[in-house]
Amino acid sequence: MSIAEPETRPYSREWLLSDRPTSRRQARLGRAYIIWRRFAENRLALVGLAILILLLVVAALADVLAPHNPVQGDLRNARLLPPGTAGYLLGTDDQGRDILSRLIYGSRLTLLVVVLVAVIAAPIGLIVGTVSGYAGGWIDAVLMRITDIFLAFPKLVLALALVAALGPGIENAILAIAVTSWPPYARIARAETLTFRHSEFIAAVKLMGASPFRIVLRHVMPLCVSSLIVRVTLDMAGIILIAAGLGFLGLGAQPPLPEWGAMIASGRRFILDQWWVAAMPGFAILIVSLGFNLLGDGLRDALDPKEAGQ
Amino acid sequence: MTLPETSVATRRNRRRASSALASVLRFAVTVVTTVFGLLLVTFFIGRVVPIDPVLAIVGDRAPAHVVERVRLELGLHLPLYEQFYIYVKQALSGDFGTSVLTTNPVLEDIKRVFPATIELATIGTLLGAFIGVPLGVLAAVKRGSIADQIVRVIGLIGYSVPIFWLGLLSLVLFYAQLRWAAYPGRVDIVYEYSFTPVTNFYLLDAAMQGQWDVVWDLFRHIALPGSLLGYFSLAYISRMTRSFMLNELSQEYIVAARAKGLSEARIIWFHALRNAAVPLVTVIALSYANLLEGSVLTETIFSWPGLGLYITNSLQNADMNAVLGGTLIIGSVFVGINIFSDLLYRTLDPRTRNR
Repeated sequence: MSIAEPETRPYSREWLLSDRPTSRRQARLGRAYIIWRRFAENRLALVGLAILILLLVVAALADVLAPHNPVQGDLRNARLLPPGTAGYLLGTDDQGRDILSRLIYGSRLTLLVVVLVAVIAAPIGLIVGTVSGYAGGWIDAVLMRITDIFLAFPKLVLALALVAALGPGIENAILAIAVTSWPPYARIARAETLTFRHSEFIAAVKLMGASPFRIVLRHVMPLCVSSLIVRVTLDMAGIILIAAGLGFLGLGAQPPLPEWGAMIASGRRFILDQWWVAAMPGFAILIVSLGFNLLGDGLRDALDPKEAGQ
Repeated sequence: MTLPETSVATRRNRRRASSALASVLRFAVTVVTTVFGLLLVTFFIGRVVPIDPVLAIVGDRAPAHVVERVRLELGLHLPLYEQFYIYVKQALSGDFGTSVLTTNPVLEDIKRVFPATIELATIGTLLGAFIGVPLGVLAAVKRGSIADQIVRVIGLIGYSVPIFWLGLLSLVLFYAQLRWAAYPGRVDIVYEYSFTPVTNFYLLDAAMQGQWDVVWDLFRHIALPGSLLGYFSLAYISRMTRSFMLNELSQEYIVAARAKGLSEARIIWFHALRNAAVPLVTVIALSYANLLEGSVLTETIFSWPGLGLYITNSLQNADMNAVLGGTLIIGSVFVGINIFSDLLYRTLDPRTRNR
């Protein structure tokens, strides 16, 4: 005879926190709820999340939110107006373009860089790391040596040299940053893989005749994803800073694209008299990368309680 | 069958010797393959990635005979592996080609500019370590307090701020408004030739020659970029210090020290920090390596005539030899510092020795 479970309303808190979930979905939702509660306890992490949601909204609704055209300015009437001028909240740049509108459209470029780098670099790292960890032997040795060589290069300098060879432009900047970002992901994925490489569920799958390809793809990779997500989130701020640095040096997005780093570079000439032209995009970069850092810290603490508070 | 005592001892010694040999071998393989990899990557970037490496060097307005000459000089008519062999041979003998911009051999240029970068990075790391370590200790000891939160925010902003932007703003404030700092550059034109550079570490040179007015001018120039890089490394060092100290303070020997009645200051600074110091040395070495990289953007802002400015200037002029030579040097120094910090860790921590 089994002990009768008290009936709980589906999706209520009790249902989510139940020790004996009756369905796979309940178990998964329950786990997600616990992680969310741990995450939400951290107020700074929530601030980070809010900043990112704001960034997404601004990027999505740029056409509606931006008061002016980001590329075409009013050269006759609106050159280098200070912040707070009627109609130009954050002032205008040397070509009479509204800085706020440019920042709003620039958020799309920032998101583009971050998302594309993550989409390119994370899978490369995941594949290299899991294959290396699962296969072991000489495959492991070779792949890890390659990873170490890429780790040995300072990121920004390697990205600089790559963009110099490929030619300036936002696509090449993204490619260069992706090429320099994957090695830490490979290291993490390999370390994760090694922890359960000899566990019983892998042996069981193997016994059922699964090919190594299938094991890595279906059973090893999914388990590495969560720690990878944390690391990628923590890296986002660094990616944004490198992209801004490349833009500042004129190697990233080309004019008239409103990329934040390039905007700082174009404001550099007026920095002593019209400080806001260079200052405003910097605040945008600072806020967004701060948001990613706060979110990443919060995610790490929520997903890995061992590290919490360290 | 029992073995005589001596034989066991010699066997143990032999085993120890062979494991030492193995670790030396592994070390050598690491160094060689990494340097080889650095060369391969820079070769790839310089010769394979550009659609036409000749165009990257001479530009698109060069006459046909120049293009043909450069093509032959670069050996582009040879197969790739042969080109790579020549490239490695030249690079290992210190020949990185000639800079198009300065018309000097790249290595000579780098020798001239690198001390400036090292000077800047050293000042930055010293500042970062001397302020960052106490801040991290403070944050760990007063965990959860206001002080802890402040240190955390300082660190977080350091991780999130674009360093070139902060540099520009600090120039506006400390140079243009307050007139505390000097104009961007390394030394005032007035003092430029008033002392003889011996080591090319100007601060050291001027101090050794007793030219204190020059030292003061040099200080006014290095103060801003130095503190900026210092802040950058402070953010990293204080965060790591806090984490290491929290780890040490939760150990049992701390409880034992408290039970013995030692003062809290003694426990923190002599017992806990000493154990945290070993990984900290690694962190400080790594942050030094990172500053060499961080100096690329900082030097651009402050017109600091170091390797970073050299690389970015060469970039603007499509001077690939100089860019790749600089990249290779920074990469090698990076590898060198990493290996050095690893070795230091092993010597400082007796627990890692006979492994």
